[in-house]
Amino acid sequence: MDAIIILQAGVATGTVLLFATIGELFAERSGVLNLGVEGMMLIGAMTAFSITIATGNPWIGVCMAMLAAGLLSQIHAFITITLLADQVVSGLALTFVGTGISLVLGEGLSKAGTVALLPSFSIPVLAQIPLLGAIFFTKQSILVYIGYLLTPLAWYYINRTRGGLHLRAVGEYPAAADALGLNVFRTRYFYVFVGGMLAGLAGATISLAVAPGWFSELTTGGQGWIAVGLVIFAQWDPLRAAGGSYIFGALRRLILDIQGPTILLGFKNPFYYNPYWGFFLQMLPYAFTVLVLVIGSREAIRKRLGAPAALGEPYIRGERGL
Amino acid sequence: MRKYPMRLAFLAMALILVLSACGAPPATEAPAEEPAATEAPAATEAPAAEEGGFQIPDIEDGKFNVAMVLIGPHDDGGWSQAHYEGLLYVEQNVPNVHVAYIENVPEGADSEQVFRSLSRKGFNLIFGTSFGFGDPMQAVAEEFPDVMYIHLTGINSNQTNFGNLMGAMENMKYLAGMLAGARAKLDGNPKLGYMATFPIPEEIRLGNAIALGMRKTCPECTMDVRWINTWHDPIIEKEAAASLFDAGAQVVFTGADTPAVADVAQEKGKWGVTYDWYGSCKVDACLTTPYWVWGPIYATITEGVIAGTYIPGWDYFDAETGALGLFGFMEGQEMQPGAAELDPAVITMVQDLLAQMLAGDFTRFDVFTGPINDNQGNVVLPAGQSLEQVDLDAFPEFGLPCSIPVCMKWWAEGITAELPE
Repeated sequence: MDAIIILQAGVATGTVLLFATIGELFAERSGVLNLGVEGMMLIGAMTAFSITIATGNPWIGVCMAMLAAGLLSQIHAFITITLLADQVVSGLALTFVGTGISLVLGEGLSKAGTVALLPSFSIPVLAQIPLLGAIFFTKQSILVYIGYLLTPLAWYYINRTRGGLHLRAVGEYPAAADALGLNVFRTRYFYVFVGGMLAGLAGATISLAVAPGWFSELTTGGQGWIAVGLVIFAQWDPLRAAGGSYIFGALRRLILDIQGPTILLGFKNPFYYNPYWGFFLQMLPYAFTVLVLVIGSREAIRKRLGAPAALGEPYIRGERGL
Repeated sequence: MRKYPMRLAFLAMALILVLSACGAPPATEAPAEEPAATEAPAATEAPAAEEGGFQIPDIEDGKFNVAMVLIGPHDDGGWSQAHYEGLLYVEQNVPNVHVAYIENVPEGADSEQVFRSLSRKGFNLIFGTSFGFGDPMQAVAEEFPDVMYIHLTGINSNQTNFGNLMGAMENMKYLAGMLAGARAKLDGNPKLGYMATFPIPEEIRLGNAIALGMRKTCPECTMDVRWINTWHDPIIEKEAAASLFDAGAQVVFTGADTPAVADVAQEKGKWGVTYDWYGSCKVDACLTTPYWVWGPIYATITEGVIAGTYIPGWDYFDAETGALGLFGFMEGQEMQPGAAELDPAVITMVQDLLAQMLAGDFTRFDVFTGPINDNQGNVVLPAGQSLEQVDLDAFPEFGLPCSIPVCMKWWAEGITAELPE
């Protein structure tokens, strides 16, 4: 078991979670909880793969995946922002709609064979850094590098720019933002769209880079839900979201690699000596998500974690604010 | 009013996650099969009576009607597709037969309704191709004594109208192991990998067959094992293949369904051995594929049932039935590039042994003939002694009368893994 290889693979698989988590983070920061991440990711994965087959150009595939998932997210935006419906119900429905559409349109795609994939390469100078170079900058897909750029940019945008201030204002106290002349509705529509696009990008990352291909709903395998949990774990902060995503990415590979060595930290490796133990590790990311959601269901805890105050609340103009 | 919706929402989500996890394909001790995709069940043939969401196909009067119940889609490119093609073979080769299938049928209560409806419709012979169909089929078989039920990969039979069917895939895995060993030796990296599904006798038997073959052509070779706890999950299969290759394996075998091992091998410049269906060996990095050809065996059974001569029981076939294949080595096939480069002596050895198998002179019991040692240094079988049928699909804790104390609970020499406790 080579720790560097595991972490290297973990960073690649973690990039999927990274995009989805940061996308959901944007939507939630504007006050809209979108539980449709899984469905949007599936739409993204399916669109990216099928468009790439049709055009031969994976970049067109990525762009169309983001657009398709972004458009899907607007259904949720319309229902929750304009029609003021319950965000949880609408988000869950969006998952079913996205899953269903992607299964129907993706029928037969699984046998399409190989397509042009996004390029992987090493970054010349950075790859020479001991340890970190091998993990982060060697033979990674270009999307992984885009993930590195997105994380600080998202943090900077949310915390240090006027646009980010507006985003936070709308998510914390929409009535005040409205009084200041911000268009709460338009802002929320926009960030739900951003969230959708990033979920689509996450899907495209699977089908064009990390595990190329289309495998019906097994393509995402519940990662959209983990992303929703990670947003809470990350306390709505992009830097923490990135850390969590990479840790979970590495854990996916670790579950398999840990079956290899006989000795672990000087002890008999239980994962080598009894394969049943692997079930336990496989469960961990999902158990974590359940736990985080249960903890996040406590209003007081959520407040302390730093949740946007208006998260989940439809904004009705003229009603008293929060 | 303000506070509760969100709290409820999160709890509801948590609940949904738990429920969906419980609803996931059960990790039962099932021999090779594809857990159901949970998508909408589709039906086939003429639209007819609907039962629990499944379109039950019609029979054709005056013909012998054969139905097949599949756990996955009929064109899944693996397990179910191999069975579906077997059904088409029956249609084309057995006179006066009408065939129909139902796909994406989950195991359990749903399947019992499907089997009952098919029986009520008047089908004469019904195949169920997944381990979990066993109990429902047996229950329905009691109700319809005139219908014959054949269950694939199962363990039970009532010896009147509910029978069991499985084949000696260990033969082909043994040959593939010989090729893989030779390949690893040629590449100067004597290490193999085996991606196993669940710790059940079948997966250990097939892994042992690979290792025994491997040691024939490459005595210094070893084999790593990864348990993935699923029959069908393309993403996990890819990750497990990558894990094995990264740990140093030169050739990786899969016990699961998709050709992920070959795809990942292609990326890594190594070799993969796929499984189940001859069409799964597409890329150059695919060394070979041990696969099923269900057609002839299904046709023989169908003819036997029509003639009233087939006695259901525990039908376990060998390669001479024509129901097993090794891609690249059967008549009319070309060797994959990775196999064609091997030492001609090895290729001849594999071809000769395959010919013996197809002639019925080399069977599963010859694969498991001593001297065989396990990877702990114990003698499993002394020279000249062979395993018996009961040993092949049993662990000691099953309480079956195995011929050796460990039944199939041992890893052959060269496998770098431990047994499930």
